[in-house]
Amino acid sequence: MTSRREFLKAASLTLGGVGVGLAGLRLARAEEHEIEVAASTLRWAMVVDLPRWIDLQDHEQVFQVCHRAHNVPDFSGLADPEERIRHAIKWIWDEPFANAFPGQHHEVMTERYREAAAPVLCNHCESPSCVRVCPTQATWKRDDGIVMMDMHRCIGCRYCIIACPYGSRSFNFRDPVQGLDPGSITPSYPRRMRGVVEKCTFCSELSDGSGGAWEPECVRASQGALSFGNLRDPRSEVRRLLSERFSIRRKPDLGTNPYVFYLI
Amino acid sequence: MFEHVFRGGYRYWLLVGSLLALITAGVIAYLVQYNQGLMITGMSRSVAWGLYIAQFTFLVGVAASAVMVVLPHYLHDYHEFGKITILGEFLAIGAVTMCPLFILVDLGQPRRIMNVFLHPTPNSLMFWDTVVVFGYLIINIVISRVMYESERKSVAPPKWIKPLIYLSIPWAVSIHTVTAFLYCGLAGRPFWLTAILAPRFLASAFSAGPAMLIILCLIMRAYTRFDAGEKAIGKLAEIVTYAMVINVFFVLLELFTGLYSDMPHHMHHFEYMYFGLHEGGEVHANLAPWMWTSAVLSVVAVVVLLIPKARRDLRILGPTAGVVVLALWIEKGLGLVVTGQTPDELGHVVVYSPQPLEILITLGVYGIGFLIITVLYKIALSIREVETG
Repeated sequence: MTSRREFLKAASLTLGGVGVGLAGLRLARAEEHEIEVAASTLRWAMVVDLPRWIDLQDHEQVFQVCHRAHNVPDFSGLADPEERIRHAIKWIWDEPFANAFPGQHHEVMTERYREAAAPVLCNHCESPSCVRVCPTQATWKRDDGIVMMDMHRCIGCRYCIIACPYGSRSFNFRDPVQGLDPGSITPSYPRRMRGVVEKCTFCSELSDGSGGAWEPECVRASQGALSFGNLRDPRSEVRRLLSERFSIRRKPDLGTNPYVFYLI
Repeated sequence: MFEHVFRGGYRYWLLVGSLLALITAGVIAYLVQYNQGLMITGMSRSVAWGLYIAQFTFLVGVAASAVMVVLPHYLHDYHEFGKITILGEFLAIGAVTMCPLFILVDLGQPRRIMNVFLHPTPNSLMFWDTVVVFGYLIINIVISRVMYESERKSVAPPKWIKPLIYLSIPWAVSIHTVTAFLYCGLAGRPFWLTAILAPRFLASAFSAGPAMLIILCLIMRAYTRFDAGEKAIGKLAEIVTYAMVINVFFVLLELFTGLYSDMPHHMHHFEYMYFGLHEGGEVHANLAPWMWTSAVLSVVAVVVLLIPKARRDLRILGPTAGVVVLALWIEKGLGLVVTGQTPDELGHVVVYSPQPLEILITLGVYGIGFLIITVLYKIALSIREVETG
């Protein structure tokens, strides 16, 4: 017996044509727009405890731990202030609440959230726009949900940056070596050349491949404000937090199905 | 056929010489970019596609010059176009050659370009665009080569070319449609997320392509012994008129949906385009003068084209065709791509302004395209000039 997905795929391929074919594939993926808790045994997710994050004193230190571990260049010292913004490489950083959650903001909301900054990073979407558009499969989604990035296959067309609705991806306009402190390079993490795209990978390099959880660098440095774990495991910390507290996600209406959750 | 390329008057050599100078400047600028990376451009994390991709988008449109003469000639037996079908095809070859060049200069890692073919990815529209653009280039090279040879030898073209010519018509539609699909399938980009984008690309292509052809025909009328004939030029002008009216109508449809619905994510882009947006206590309105110019030029062109007396006067038609091309170049070659990324996905306004080297590389690629067109037109004219005198 063929599944609905297989049927739609076959039907769309038979009908042929770019538009029809792609529309068919998209229909087949409609199911990916809902969070599934039983489909397989492994799905990594992150939970941001916003109240704890707001109370956390030093956000920069969390970002620096991540950026150091992944040799993310720092161009904040460039002479031209515009180039500091244009050429910045960011894996995790703070955005004002209004920018992280457009449409959720109003002038008379509680001051705590109105003035808050939320950490933003790759959402490791279930239906990632970046993966859909990449012409070389240099970015792809693993079965455990992590959206990976091969910086050595990437041709630097930046279509993924155009497609990502969250601004989570950065392009190496400059040689990344220019932005690295020779004293604090992580030799075990791959270096990349200029002209390629990079982003957060949930510290997939820390995984031992056994399916067991690990602690991403930002989570470790966040003093409990960030949690990471397997969403399909009913006893995991992330499941416990999401079942006990109210959570929101970024731009949920776009159908990307992000797996970074923000507790309110 | 290429022997004619090396024979010509001083005007021809002056044109070829200046194009070669422009290409040299562009190549030198590209070498700098190749060594230093895309940091020499004005692009950013927020506006990741700039002048290069915008030119690609515009030029896919100019390639419609071929289909707009081929279609009336072969499907409607409009034989006034018989003399200029090859010119339309040659213009298309020049325009379509520039398209992959603009993609190439836009790549961060151009040496990895073969990855697109080593790892073909049908779910990426970039893959399909490569297929249709290269396909269109090959179809037009084959058709124009065969038609040229049969015209030179004064024999009927081989029968197998007819199906290929018929195929070239829907194929031309596909290059605009697939290029529009690059943009209009992205959930996070409300400015581009509109089903009318592909029809808009077609309408502007069917104006810009034939308008460019009118300009070239008028130049040849003035400086060579080849005359496309007032009837053929007049018919091209009618095509431009219809397409331009439809184009303006489509833009108004976009404005209505975007502004009347009053959805902030749609409004912001239009606001940026025509009035500018606030960020960090400043108003960023660098596109607004361009977009208003484009709007005024479009209206002027439509009004002039709609007056039969003005349209039929070649002294007025020439500049009007120029106005059409300029208005559409601003709309597609500047406005559409940048506006879709401003404000960015996080709601910030990061201003994009093309940098000198980036502009030089762009001009260099145009130089290559126009050199191809010049050389091909020289070849096309050589048989006609022998015929006529």
